[in-house]
Amino acid sequence: MPERRGQTPLWGSRMAWLLAWRNLAHDRSRFAVTLVGIIFAVVLIAMQLGLFLGFTDSATVIIRHTQADFWVVTRGTLNFEIALPMSERELHIVRSLPGVDRAERFLVQFVPWKKPTGGDESIILIGFDLNSGLAGPWNLREGRLEDLRLPDAVIIDQVYQDKLGVDRLGTETEIRGLRARVVGITQGIRSFTTSPWVFTPFRNAQRLAGLEPEEANYVIGTFSPGADQRQVRDALAQALPRSDVYLSEDFAARTRDYWMFTTGAGAAVLVSALLGLLVGAVIVAQVLYATTVDHLTEFGTLSAMGAPRHFIYRVILGQAAISATLGHLPGIGISLLLAHLSQYSAAMVIIPWELAIGLYGVTLGMCLLASVVSIRKAMRIDPAMVFQK
Amino acid sequence: MSHSAAPYPRTKTAGATGAPCMPDVPDPLHGSVADAPDGISPALEARGISLIYGSGPTAVHAVNDVDIAVHPGEMLALMGPSGSGKTTLLMVLGCLLRASAGSVRVEGRDTSGLPKAELSRLRLTRMGFIFQSYNLFPALTALENVQLALELKGYDLKEGQKLLQRVGLGGRLGNYPRQLSGGEKQRVAIARALAGYPAILLADEPTAALDSSNGRAVVRLLADLSHDLGRATIIVTHDPRIGDLSDRVVHMEDGRILA
Repeated sequence: MPERRGQTPLWGSRMAWLLAWRNLAHDRSRFAVTLVGIIFAVVLIAMQLGLFLGFTDSATVIIRHTQADFWVVTRGTLNFEIALPMSERELHIVRSLPGVDRAERFLVQFVPWKKPTGGDESIILIGFDLNSGLAGPWNLREGRLEDLRLPDAVIIDQVYQDKLGVDRLGTETEIRGLRARVVGITQGIRSFTTSPWVFTPFRNAQRLAGLEPEEANYVIGTFSPGADQRQVRDALAQALPRSDVYLSEDFAARTRDYWMFTTGAGAAVLVSALLGLLVGAVIVAQVLYATTVDHLTEFGTLSAMGAPRHFIYRVILGQAAISATLGHLPGIGISLLLAHLSQYSAAMVIIPWELAIGLYGVTLGMCLLASVVSIRKAMRIDPAMVFQK
Repeated sequence: MSHSAAPYPRTKTAGATGAPCMPDVPDPLHGSVADAPDGISPALEARGISLIYGSGPTAVHAVNDVDIAVHPGEMLALMGPSGSGKTTLLMVLGCLLRASAGSVRVEGRDTSGLPKAELSRLRLTRMGFIFQSYNLFPALTALENVQLALELKGYDLKEGQKLLQRVGLGGRLGNYPRQLSGGEKQRVAIARALAGYPAILLADEPTAALDSSNGRAVVRLLADLSHDLGRATIIVTHDPRIGDLSDRVVHMEDGRILA
């Protein structure tokens, strides 16, 4: 007579996993439908969340790529793209305060761009101090930053070449009726709005935007080494009663929150991700339920044999976990591929590894949740049913 | 007045090994199990069992005041026409249904007040079930079907091969139920029921879906296993030929055991 080994460990049941897998694989076409549903849900959720991250990235990309520690803006400015002009006086006040190392003016302005191929486009002109190195374009694919010293020179991003009608370096066009010439092309500097960014030195930007020589939207700067940043910021705010002063990360957060939540753009993306989750859960729930109904007699047999409830839970939850894993892997693979391809489009999709892994947790949770209905069904089986067949 | 199984004269005396299969069975009508000759206690014993569906004038007595006992090494055939209450009685004896009245004792332990989980545990550890429709798991091989029961009962999965060899299916370990004949499926079901060598085997119409020769072979196998291993076996059947191979036959009609 063989000896008992004792109770099987809760999750170490080889047969529960085997039965779960075989139940799924037994009906291949149904399993394929389950996987397609999960893949669809994963791709939908990953793309929506990736778009959300892409949007937040592009909404704050310029702020994050400057070397500035602080931003001085006209009081009430909600985001980076839209700020009222301020006078040169603010720049002088900032420069005069202890704890400030460097300060310069910065300009952001919506202006019309005449496409060489015909028609107009709205652009956001970025004017920066070419000498200080505090701000400016990066990832130059063609041309040199120094070429911006040439008259009327501007730099655009390759993502917007078609949109702006620029097919090569040296293309000439008009900004607000004034001559401009493309001297450089960057890669992957996307705007959150539909208007492309166009970089040019501050003085040229002032001219192209039609601002007075003493006007700018921003004063940006760096703190002296060893200065208490919060303290200097507070001192700046006190000295500039008609302005708001932000640390760079705070201004980035304000801009991000504005675009993502105040405008509802982010909410729309998140709702889409939530819908993906819901659709995925419904598909998985339906298929798992159908699989459970198909195997009711087997669950009844297990119950009649005296199998503990947790064994039946394990089989159904095992089915859900297997479905989640096998659905997540291709789903996230497709999403990563699409994210890679999005580098060449205007809408950047960013899927960091934390999101890819986190999404597995979401998929697993979605599938486990979807199996609750099946568990309830299986638990209601009267084991006596197997004698009545 | 209780209606009980009268001791049925054994029609066969030995299993495949030729070993004596069981001592004389005590008559539950006369004296308790403790009083049984040779001091053999029943593996499964029911006293005054009734099962009533519904109430009032429409109440149906599916099982009506039944006493029955089956001893280690004994194979008892429960026979009777359809609707006579055989399967219902089997379900009560198998702790799948609670009796409206009376008590069921499994190896001397009264099951009346046990909670559902404890009854499940009792079924798992002390009983093996064989069903009319085999109830094998179609997605598992013959070996895996047996191993499933072994794992549930906490036994080494390697035992599965030995059990299948024991029922003559050593060469069909990797076959799925759809690749087996009816007789082979029922043998797998028997091997599964034997997993962990439970004290009691309960079989519901195990030959109903089989042809005559396969049916006979399956019952002979059950009888041999019952005798060799000293298991108490109850077979519910319509098939009068099974009676010939059983140690005792109990007839039921209208929920009662015929004297």
